[in-house]
Amino acid sequence: MSLITAPRRDVAWFGRFSALLRYGVLIGVGLIMLYPLFWMVAASFKPNHEIFGSVSLWPQDPTMDGVVKGWRTGTEYSFATYLLNSFAFIIPKVVLTVVSSVLVAFGFARFRMPGKQLWFALMVATILLPKSVLLIPQYLMFREFGWLDTYLPLYVPCAFATDGFFVFMVVQFLRGIPPDMEEAAVIDGCNSLQVLWHVVVPVIMPAIISVALFQFMWSLNDFLYPLIYLSSVGKYPVALALKMAIDVTEATAWNQVLAMSTIALLPSLIVFFLAQKYFVEGITSGSVKG
Amino acid sequence: MYDNRVSGYLYIAPFLIGLATFTLFPFLASFLLSFSDYQLQDPVEQARFLGLGNYTQMAGDDTFHGSLGVTFLYVFITVPLKLAFALFIAFVLNFKLRGIGFFRTAYYVPSILGGSVAIAVLWRYVFAGDGLINQVLVWAGGEPLNWLGEPAYALFTVVLLRLWQFGSAMVVFLAGLQNIPTDLYEAATIDGAGKARIFFTITLPLLTPVIFFNFIMQIVQAFQEFNGPYIITGGGPLKSTYLLPLMIYEEAFKYFNVGYAAALSWVLFLIIALFTIIAFASAKYWVFYGNEREDGE
Repeated sequence: MSLITAPRRDVAWFGRFSALLRYGVLIGVGLIMLYPLFWMVAASFKPNHEIFGSVSLWPQDPTMDGVVKGWRTGTEYSFATYLLNSFAFIIPKVVLTVVSSVLVAFGFARFRMPGKQLWFALMVATILLPKSVLLIPQYLMFREFGWLDTYLPLYVPCAFATDGFFVFMVVQFLRGIPPDMEEAAVIDGCNSLQVLWHVVVPVIMPAIISVALFQFMWSLNDFLYPLIYLSSVGKYPVALALKMAIDVTEATAWNQVLAMSTIALLPSLIVFFLAQKYFVEGITSGSVKG
Repeated sequence: MYDNRVSGYLYIAPFLIGLATFTLFPFLASFLLSFSDYQLQDPVEQARFLGLGNYTQMAGDDTFHGSLGVTFLYVFITVPLKLAFALFIAFVLNFKLRGIGFFRTAYYVPSILGGSVAIAVLWRYVFAGDGLINQVLVWAGGEPLNWLGEPAYALFTVVLLRLWQFGSAMVVFLAGLQNIPTDLYEAATIDGAGKARIFFTITLPLLTPVIFFNFIMQIVQAFQEFNGPYIITGGGPLKSTYLLPLMIYEEAFKYFNVGYAAALSWVLFLIIALFTIIAFASAKYWVFYGNEREDGE
């Protein structure tokens, strides 16, 4: 009530002050969020002594030295090899994850069958199961298969919908879609696989894209699994190459390491900016609606 | 929709196979291994049954005690701070201001780059002796600190890294905030409720499902933190950042004590399970589902 009876001038003043305060907080936090990233990009183009010298972003003495030498790396392989290695297992991983999660989610969301509740509960439980408890036996298992130092342990499990999170995401998405169109297609004589391919897949495209994007970024960031499964440097992905770089070039070549870190982040950044809305959609549809 | 149980099972077959092969079997295997003295380089058949040997060894293992303490410290600092921060920022980002979309994106960027090694590497340099943080400290007239070399500060750098990545929790909070019907706020304002009152009687209760979800996810994640400490501090100095996942990794793949590592991983699993169970059990007392219940299955 007080808001209505107060003189209008006060309200306007308060509104402006509060907007100012809000922008102040937004910009302040924004700076903290982004400054380290800008600093890293800037450091890639600075000579080493300058990285320590100042807080300033702009290189006084810009050089491509860090990028060029960093790209060459201290190993017999260039950074291109490590990038290609990353993609060598990420692409099958993304494809297999999408295919298996969609098939399984479709089964869970649209079929009635005995025991479904139990399997679904187990799938959700796997999301919460800490990976470290499976780490050692999985390693031993893949060793028995003779898969060590190959990319197989990194992507083969994805063919079997082992990431419950993604199945859950697609199921949630499917639940939000009325099955009318699918029923119409069934009446027209489609079998379930045809319904899935011609009707469901186009409709759940946003969910499929966000599964693919998340799996892409998470796989690029993955460190522990490549670390235990891969032993030859020639097969290392970007993540391991960077770790190797900081171990070798302790204090000497910061600009090289930071330049390579910048390049390593580029694929994720590009994908993120091209498809931002799917990320937010992916996170929120997989969680809050449930 | 379909009543054909055979097709239903065919569709979920990949999951069932994966569950059996890559989850249930390893899960049971690690349980069995945790009672053995199995060494990584030996054939599995050579493992001997130790009974509770690994677990009694843990009771007298100072490294384990230290690691457990650091892990709890890390989780108890990181999770509440991250949730509070994410909620606060979600609240600010929920304002209807011009250009808000830009800030939402900017705040999400560090999280999307997430657990990447590149970011952990960056962090190592940000907190190094001559790194960005110390430069800012000196510029502001303070003393540079030995962030990574001082046991009292090292864990803090990992905590800060993960606080910096509050984005996914924030997005979930933001979606929760936007799901609160505006007529509730309008009604409360007409009734003369103040801002604080509205926050505690409307916003917070209606956010509890989202808080619950974020809490579980963050707990499960924080207990498994590996990349941060491994890359930034390597577990040091003086094991001040030697979180349990690091110890499990090193026991298994550096010292080859797979049996002992499996036992450690089971302890970690039981701790996480305990927290999750307590959270779920307590949910009925504090998680408020309002009228969202009706849509059910």
